Amino acid sequence: MSAEKSWPLYEVFIRSKQGLAHQHAGSLHAADPQMALENARDVYTRRGEGLSVWVVPSDAITASSPDDKGVMFDPADSKVYRHPTFYDVPDEVECL
Amino acid sequence: MTAAVARNDQALSQQDALYDYCLRLGDNALILGQRVAEWTSNAPTVELDIALGNQALDLFGQARMLLDYAGRVEGKGRSEDDIAFLRDVLDFRNVLLVEQPNGDFGQTVVRQFLYATFASALYEGLSQSKDEELSGIAQKAVKEMAYHARHNGEWVVRLGDGTEESHARVQAGLDALWPYVHEVFEADEIDLAMAEAGIGVDPASLKDAWLAEVTAVIERATLTLPETDWHPDGGKRGHHSEHLGFILADLQFLQRTYPGAQW
Repeated sequence: MSAEKSWPLYEVFIRSKQGLAHQHAGSLHAADPQMALENARDVYTRRGEGLSVWVVPSDAITASSPDDKGVMFDPADSKVYRHPTFYDVPDEVECL
Repeated sequence: MTAAVARNDQALSQQDALYDYCLRLGDNALILGQRVAEWTSNAPTVELDIALGNQALDLFGQARMLLDYAGRVEGKGRSEDDIAFLRDVLDFRNVLLVEQPNGDFGQTVVRQFLYATFASALYEGLSQSKDEELSGIAQKAVKEMAYHARHNGEWVVRLGDGTEESHARVQAGLDALWPYVHEVFEADEIDLAMAEAGIGVDPASLKDAWLAEVTAVIERATLTLPETDWHPDGGKRGHHSEHLGFILADLQFLQRTYPGAQW
């Protein structure tokens, strides 16, 4: 299939029965958003996975570049003090 | 004595009517499911392949419940499998619409749309049935058929209001299938007896609402409702088109060739 003849790509996000937030489930092709929603229902929720579905045109997503990985994320590596691991948790606290 | 015999006859005929009524519902689902399943691995895209497979499985699920119940109503110990795989053409009670060939994808979505729009209204009515089994089956099936009606209706609109070629193809599909719609709404003595007993639904009572719903989609799709005086029927009495034999050859091959074979 040539590029101009194939349907645009959509990213699918599903909120499961237990889940609080929509999670990325995968992607699929569809001609329009309604079709994307129906395809997502058929492809990703037929085993009872979901209660809510979002579809987003893939080209509407601005993504970080793999080349920027070092610049973007490495600076966070050396900042262990941002993890709350230097505190003694009082015994009385049960649900942390 | 005479009165007792008469009552017995009546009880029997009510049972016969319910058996036939369940067969009709079950055979519609079974044969349409088999038709839709023919698309497996042949659909235009992988997403549609899965969507069509899901529809076929919904229909097979309905067929299983309905034919299982038919077997219990009949009371001769026949299972859903016996009824599905070991009857011949003349014993099938499905309407002619569901055995019509898939044609192209446009024709298939038209057939699914026309039938599912009817079936979702029918199951909605049947979910109020006095027969608890039928009402339970209908309550599950109505959601499935309402989705089929919506999904296929969207496709009718997309293709009808699409390109010149897709419009022509889906219009041709509509023209080919429209004559078979008539039979779906024809009520015979079994339909009427079941409706009167509060068990079934008189299909004729669903036609006006169905036509309004279908017309709305057809108009959105910029298609034209065909006009025809040719109204083939007979499926409900076992008089089928030439297609059913070929469908059964595929459907029943395994059980006919290896009787009693288990998965």
